[in-house]
Amino acid sequence: MNPRDAILQSVRTALKRGELDETRRSALDARVPQHTRPAQDEDPVARFVRKFESRAGTVERVADRAAVPAAVDAYRRRLDLPARAAVGAGLKDLAWPADWQIHHDRAGIEELLSVSPALAGIAETGSLMMAAGPDSPTTHNFVPDDHVVVLETARIVEYFEDAWAVLRARPQGMPRATNIISGPSRTADVEQTIQLGAHGPRRVHVILVG
Amino acid sequence: MEIRSKEFKERAVFAIHDASLQQALGKAGYGFVGKRALQVAELPEFEQLREEAKNLKDHILDHLDHYLERYEQAVVAAGGRVHWARDAEEARRIILDICQRVNAKTVTKGKSMVSEEIDLNEALIEHGMEVVETDLGEYIIQLAHEPPSHIIAPAVHKTKDQVSDLFEKAHGGPRKTEVPELVDEARRVLRDKYFRADVGITGGNFLVAETGSSVIVTNEGNGDLTQTLARVHIVTSGIERVVPTLDDATLFLRLLARSATGQETETYTTISTGPRRADDVDGPEEYHVVLVDNGRSKMLAGRFRDMLRCIRCGACMNHCPVYGAVGGHAYGWVYPGPMGSVLTPLIKGLDVAYDLPNACTLNGRCQSVCPVKIPLPELLRELRHLQHQQQLSPALQRRGLKAWRYFATRPKLYHAAEQVAVRVLSALARNGRIRRLPLAGAWTDARDLPAPAGRTFLELWQGKRGQP
Repeated sequence: MNPRDAILQSVRTALKRGELDETRRSALDARVPQHTRPAQDEDPVARFVRKFESRAGTVERVADRAAVPAAVDAYRRRLDLPARAAVGAGLKDLAWPADWQIHHDRAGIEELLSVSPALAGIAETGSLMMAAGPDSPTTHNFVPDDHVVVLETARIVEYFEDAWAVLRARPQGMPRATNIISGPSRTADVEQTIQLGAHGPRRVHVILVG
Repeated sequence: MEIRSKEFKERAVFAIHDASLQQALGKAGYGFVGKRALQVAELPEFEQLREEAKNLKDHILDHLDHYLERYEQAVVAAGGRVHWARDAEEARRIILDICQRVNAKTVTKGKSMVSEEIDLNEALIEHGMEVVETDLGEYIIQLAHEPPSHIIAPAVHKTKDQVSDLFEKAHGGPRKTEVPELVDEARRVLRDKYFRADVGITGGNFLVAETGSSVIVTNEGNGDLTQTLARVHIVTSGIERVVPTLDDATLFLRLLARSATGQETETYTTISTGPRRADDVDGPEEYHVVLVDNGRSKMLAGRFRDMLRCIRCGACMNHCPVYGAVGGHAYGWVYPGPMGSVLTPLIKGLDVAYDLPNACTLNGRCQSVCPVKIPLPELLRELRHLQHQQQLSPALQRRGLKAWRYFATRPKLYHAAEQVAVRVLSALARNGRIRRLPLAGAWTDARDLPAPAGRTFLELWQGKRGQP
């Protein structure tokens, strides 16, 4: 017997039964989970901001998408970063400053700054949900020191379950990688001291649009 | 790793006298326990979630074959591959084959306890590959050539000074002494490895049948760099980690971070579904999942099924007084603390891990914090019972128990013997304490035995009843 069948057989032996019949399997496939969600009565946008900031993330709000490049430029100047960024193709249409060096490829080892569009914000924990693809390459989320994320307020949902519904509604199905990000990278592996910027970004800055 | 649980007693003695270890354990225990308590206090639904998580795990285990098959179908539909390994040897073989086929020279790893369980690193290194642990804690202990001492914080037994020494030796000077400098140095060294890696191996906190995804939960981002930058991503996971849907995974996610590190959420939750797509600019070209049984399907059969609910949060060890005193290495294998004291004998054998179920005071703190309500003290007692049945316990203990049973089942004789014992002990006492007790030297060497009051409980009780 091949290992797969042997393991499944061993599982069934342990459960003292044979293969489940089709009726039972269809019932399991049709099962809809109904788990308790922690009560939340705060405005989702306000909660998202509060939670994200509590995890050492930063947030600024702009009126519309057109204001994003100027906000990123101001952020870059504040941190004294060169005028270069890895920008997700989902933000290609924005009017980036002409003197900027911008690319939409994967982030390279020396990448300092990236700008990505978020698929959703999750108010429950103040988390960003990023969907991998040319519009938002995964390396942009992890390689640069500074990660700027553009999030439209309309994309902020209350719970994780609502974010999964957003994923399920995508015509192209599940992204290769879905990254839920709650602030900058951190570690507490040396004497329980929390240190930001372990392997991923040292800073995560959200530009909230609308 | 080679199992050394047989040396538990010796290793525990060394641990108690290791000043650095005691310093490190003191800091860690307090932090984990306090942070978790704060999170639990802030979530009124916590107890409700625990109950639901227990029930959900039981539902999954009752239908494990179904969910595994559905999961496999979904992985394949997303362009990934699923491999099944009955034991550690098969799992190593599968992973080694993949690495050799793609001509891997550098293999990066996110934290994976299953990979420790199957001795993966040794096998890859033996075949000429460079294996780099990228979780900071795992990286530290890899430099120290030590196994992890905690499933969440593998280097929790190391002090900052010891990390400074290890880094100076591995990276050259000047010696860094502050945490930010140490973390920065590891960041710089490991960056290069991520970008050079041929294969990236991670664990899987959850496997989602609905979407064919593996989920990892981390704080550092090392797991993500590992799996995104390598050409090939391999996930290693136990068969019990499958969950039906993303909504089901959410129930566990709400409990995991709070129980493990005392956070509302970890920094990164990553859902991986298959390899790089046609229009992707990054991501691995191949995506493999190795489903490891290694004793789990057998555990499903009997009284230890509850153990398969474990989501590997580490709360049980953080709250264990024995773990807090001796640290993880004394346990001698991958999984320490209460959960390890159940798993190790079941995976490696009741005899080689004899001391582990016995190194427990049955105080029950582990069970009271377990997010999936595993009755750990009951399982440990059950293991002691099995050891007794299989005559693995020491002969003296067995004879003692037999003698005790002889008296305990004969009440009159028992009370008579008790009266004698109480009087003898009272006579031995000085100032209400017994300094040395024959046959119990090991106990009285370290502390005094309080002397009995002079009469037995029954005598006192009967005296009281005699009064009006």
